[in-house]
Amino acid sequence: MNKPLPNSLRQGPDARGRFGPYGGRFVAETLMPLILEVEKAYEEAKHDPAFMNEWRRLLTHYVGRPSPLWLAERLTQKLGGAKIYFKRDELNHTGAHKINAVLGQIMLAKRMGKTRIIAETGAGQHGVATATACALFDLPCTVFMGATDVERQQPNVFRMKLLGAEVVPVTSGAATLKDAMNEGLRDWVANVHDTYYCIGTVAGPHPFPMMVRDFQSVIGTEAREQMMAAEGRLPDLLVAAIGGGSNAMGLFYPFLDDASVAMHGVEAAGKGVDTEEHAASLTKGRPGVLHGNRTYLLQDEFGQIMEAHSISAGLDYPGVGPEHSWLHDIKRVEYTSATDDEALSAFQLCSRMEGIIPALEPAHALAHVIKIAPSMPKDKLIIMNMCGRGDKDIFTVARALGVSM
Amino acid sequence: MTGIPRIAARFAALRAEGRGAFIPFLEAFDPDRETSMTMLRGLSAAGADLIEIGVPFTDPMADGPTVQRAGQRGLKAGATLAGTLGMVREFRAQDQATPIILMGYYNPILSYGDAFCADAAAAGVDGLIIVDVPPEEADEIEPAARAAGLDMIRLIAPTTDDARLTKVLAATTGFVYYVAITGITGTRSASSALLADAIPRIRRYTDLPIAIGFGVRTPEQAADAARIADGAVVGSALIETLAADLDEEGRARPGTAQKVLDQVKALASAVRIVKKDA
Repeated sequence: MNKPLPNSLRQGPDARGRFGPYGGRFVAETLMPLILEVEKAYEEAKHDPAFMNEWRRLLTHYVGRPSPLWLAERLTQKLGGAKIYFKRDELNHTGAHKINAVLGQIMLAKRMGKTRIIAETGAGQHGVATATACALFDLPCTVFMGATDVERQQPNVFRMKLLGAEVVPVTSGAATLKDAMNEGLRDWVANVHDTYYCIGTVAGPHPFPMMVRDFQSVIGTEAREQMMAAEGRLPDLLVAAIGGGSNAMGLFYPFLDDASVAMHGVEAAGKGVDTEEHAASLTKGRPGVLHGNRTYLLQDEFGQIMEAHSISAGLDYPGVGPEHSWLHDIKRVEYTSATDDEALSAFQLCSRMEGIIPALEPAHALAHVIKIAPSMPKDKLIIMNMCGRGDKDIFTVARALGVSM
Repeated sequence: MTGIPRIAARFAALRAEGRGAFIPFLEAFDPDRETSMTMLRGLSAAGADLIEIGVPFTDPMADGPTVQRAGQRGLKAGATLAGTLGMVREFRAQDQATPIILMGYYNPILSYGDAFCADAAAAGVDGLIIVDVPPEEADEIEPAARAAGLDMIRLIAPTTDDARLTKVLAATTGFVYYVAITGITGTRSASSALLADAIPRIRRYTDLPIAIGFGVRTPEQAADAARIADGAVVGSALIETLAADLDEEGRARPGTAQKVLDQVKALASAVRIVKKDA
């Protein structure tokens, strides 16, 4: 049967929190009443002008939005093809896009009367953003972080502690982001009465994928206006890195209905998608249920979740947000990948050519831009989401390059 | 399966005796298939009225460290959902009466495919507890479970308010599993007073038997739970005994299974001598 195409790709999720077959609310009964409460509170908040105005005030005066849209001229010249713009969310307060959704969520937690905040973190960017907002709002904050990530993201661990957060190293599993999320959910189950779980990406049970996307959409909304001002037209291609997928969803969402705008999501290929060490859940995984939602997952033939691998702690996750799974199936977004080595090269190139040290996460997006920009005509416009700065990664990069510091 | 479902039959028999059920929980393949099978075979004789078998999963979000580690040992020993059904099939060859409930997470079931419910019923499974499939997502598996004659046992938590109770109970068959604490398995325990408040609240909405789990550890607590409700589930306390008896390599010793079964005996005896509240 031929189904008519929906007239908008921006209507999801449905009342069950589904994007096509993906998403949903796969949580234990203990959490279910609270998930419904969060959904109700968010619906009220987003229609409350006072709430949204306060969020926008914080974005302007605390975060420093709008973030610039930078024409990367030297890089464009070197690659010799399409014009490359960076959406510079690395200039946000705390150094990444995470703060956009964190402030919205912490305001929501306050509104719900919650008095304690928990979060999971991979690279530490979401943990730092959450610790920052909790300092600002005077709320106690506990961040779960895989012990492996605690090791490779020391600067962010110390940052969180300076901001007054408690950082709990998680040793179960491979001790990375997936395990931190398990621990976050376990803590939440045990403390539902006073605790709000500030999820860092567009994953988890409904309404989190929708809510985080909505807050992060400020990225794409700004980029759209800025591109119209700079070039008088829409971009031809959007490129963003995908771990859980929040920066990508934030950039893509406002453009989903613009058929002329192509979108590429770049997963972490680790040591290569044909090895066992990667984090490319859309490229190599299949649909399953984890962390409250149905989505593409890296799993074995028996449905056991596999460990992801990436040099970037922020992409080191065996799943992806459910809306991305849907956009993948309907082919609205093309999902591709970049390896650790490609990201490392892009990291260095960007530092030298643009004077911008990118985080390892957007370095994956940049690696893809480096691959495809040269073959695109010079009048084509690319926006790449520079979603985080690389200060946190200099030790990891130094180690990878064999430099002792 | 013919006639009255095993779970309903067992609870009816216990009601006639005027006592509650003792329900041990063990993780399949923990620490290896043989030891796990030895314990499973010995449970009814040790006094188990129903048996819950945990299906190992890499990411058990509702479980504390004890059950997490049990699952990891099981997976290391080669546990799969199909392998777990194999254990149930073997158990059924010798025991036709004791109900078996599989407890686990949705993804291994999803991965097994559409044949799961029929295969589980054929192996001798009587009921399912799928932790991460709440009533809101029940249509995922309920039709297949019902068609296969499997009971869908649902969790009710202290956070489940009256409005939700009816919704959750409407989708429940077999018995109701009351999660005694807001938290994960094997961490803290609820007081008798709290349980004495909680259980009548649920009874107002259902005639199904109610078992209490999460934080039931000692013979006294088990007896209390079985008196206040209709059954007591003990998992982490048994798994701790098992784990403490393993050698440095995590392997079972000759007496490991027996130590666990002795503890089952003690728990079951405590449950058996207590008359249920009218």
